Amino acid sequence: MPEIRYLAAINRALGDALQDDPTVVVFGEDVSEAGGSFGASRGLRERFGADRVFDTPISEAAIAGAAVGAALSGLRPVVEIMFMDFTTLVMDAMVNQAAKARFMFGGQASVPMVLRTPHGGGLGAGPQHSQCLEAWFAHIPGLKVVCPSDPVSAYGLLRAAIADPDPVVVVENKALYAMKGEVPDQLEPMPIGHARILREGRDVTLVSYGAAVHTCRKAADRLAAEGVEPEVLDLLSLQPWDEAAVLASLSRTHRLVVVHEAVEAFGIGAEIAARMADIGFDELDAPIARVGAPFMPVPFSKALESAYIPSADAVAGAVRRILA
Amino acid sequence: MKTKPSPKPSTTPPAAAAPEAERANSPARLLELYGQIVLIRRAEERLIAMFADGEVPGFIHLSIGQEAVSAGVMSALTATDTIASTHRGHGHAIAKGLPLDGFFAELLARNAGLCRGRGGSMHVADMSVGMLGANGIVGAGLSIALGSALAHKRLGRTAVAVAFFGDGALAEGLLHECLNMAALWRLPLLFVCENNGWSEFLPSDKQIAFKLKDLAAAYGIPHTSVDGNDVAAVADAAAEVVAAVRAHGPAVLECLTTRVRGHFEGDAQKYRDPADMQALSERDPLRIAARELARLGIGEESLEAVRARVEERIAAAVTAARAGTDPDFMAAKADVYTPAEAL
Repeated sequence: MPEIRYLAAINRALGDALQDDPTVVVFGEDVSEAGGSFGASRGLRERFGADRVFDTPISEAAIAGAAVGAALSGLRPVVEIMFMDFTTLVMDAMVNQAAKARFMFGGQASVPMVLRTPHGGGLGAGPQHSQCLEAWFAHIPGLKVVCPSDPVSAYGLLRAAIADPDPVVVVENKALYAMKGEVPDQLEPMPIGHARILREGRDVTLVSYGAAVHTCRKAADRLAAEGVEPEVLDLLSLQPWDEAAVLASLSRTHRLVVVHEAVEAFGIGAEIAARMADIGFDELDAPIARVGAPFMPVPFSKALESAYIPSADAVAGAVRRILA
Repeated sequence: MKTKPSPKPSTTPPAAAAPEAERANSPARLLELYGQIVLIRRAEERLIAMFADGEVPGFIHLSIGQEAVSAGVMSALTATDTIASTHRGHGHAIAKGLPLDGFFAELLARNAGLCRGRGGSMHVADMSVGMLGANGIVGAGLSIALGSALAHKRLGRTAVAVAFFGDGALAEGLLHECLNMAALWRLPLLFVCENNGWSEFLPSDKQIAFKLKDLAAAYGIPHTSVDGNDVAAVADAAAEVVAAVRAHGPAVLECLTTRVRGHFEGDAQKYRDPADMQALSERDPLRIAARELARLGIGEESLEAVRARVEERIAAAVTAARAGTDPDFMAAKADVYTPAEAL
């Protein structure tokens, strides 16, 4: 199988969507002439023209609001917000408009828009260019949220998001952009709402998403050397999330650790833990553990940042704690 | 089109706007516009009574005194043109052609409402007539209309989008973003400011340090000011401006108008000078239109016939709405996302 980078998979998904559907447009800051600040839309302007792949001013609120209006009027806009930290500026459009239009207009309309945005640290980008804010969006009824972890899912989830009739936030971990992965010759959309098992195991379930799934795999390899076999579940989709898949895995392993790069407090992990403590209570042989970032801004210094981002050691430590 | 030099409303229609027969002050057309104002006025007066009786839940913001803006602007639009409205949107909705039954049913929170009782006054919408929704967030309609205009242009339509906003929204940063993008991309977007002089409970001159005319000029967007209570003037200005937007790109139409019932229904308006309130009746768009119709030789019996038809329509719509049922909770809950069977 050929290998491509995560970023190239996104680029291919955008290109294929533009090719397949004349109502798809791509816009955002520096997505057209510059091909995206990380290069996700490189070459698309040349292929599809500046009418369909175009630059906007640095106006995040209007970018997202225009996507809502365009989606209500027949386009399928895919907008890029350069860093997830900047989505603070799109909240009215996403929370009050995109998320609610279908419901509050009595089902007359849907808002088929996609907002792509990179989260995550590891690049020394500091407190305003590294945050993982996906839980905010997952908390809003009417929005869908996905977070791919490799090139196959980066392609598949983005295609599914663009085809979806409802607004979808696609969260990409920028530390994964350069990651290479094997892909089939024919890449396919991946249905939203389905988790996948990345590693089978019998002793503990590690539930994660995005870049943190790789941390979980690393931790699983270390634990395997100690005779502990973790199962690693990649959520892929955060809203809706695959409750059935998590429960099924928990029913096999009877132990659960939820891992993400986002701040642990009030995060995605809290929701999963609370839900499994309820519907999975009879399956649990140990308390559910969470591993996430500490309750502090993402620091700039390499020394600080590497201590901040949840490590494989932290995941392995949590597993050992609940196995003890 | 040039930015008008005078900040005062120009009550005379712009020159060379439309052939004489289509001018707003032709008797037939003015009578039609009068009918629209009466319809909006009587619908809202009916809401006042029903609100007082506790039949209309939630908050309502009435456009009494501003109806000529809705009637006049919408007279220049076609069914495929789109509008994004505000929290004070009943007039926009009715003038854009929403079915009256569905409008009243929505205000009464019935299942037969246009939004199935999930939105209410601040979210009335009808996609089938290009009404993209009233809005509970000040200024939010600006970017929705911007996106709609973008879609019209990209999809090769001749349609225009209209963003309604009040002078209170002049203080929102989103207005700057949208004016800039509309100008950059020459979008078919008309910005209609309903300047009623009030930003919620404060006079706008205590909140806004600039004139919209000057702001528009900064973006190179033509600005027209009109007496928003003179429906013939609004209609003529809108006809000219909408044609220009369709052909060349964005424009601002500032309609100087009057807010009669306060920020929300039930607002005692103790912050207003009684003399100013007294003076409002002189600027009543209904009186101005009726006076002009009389001048054109239209008899009172014609006006009475218009009013009688409106009363019948409203009575029928209210009766139908009252007979409606409450929405079903599970059906509402199942409609947060597009149902799988619709995919």
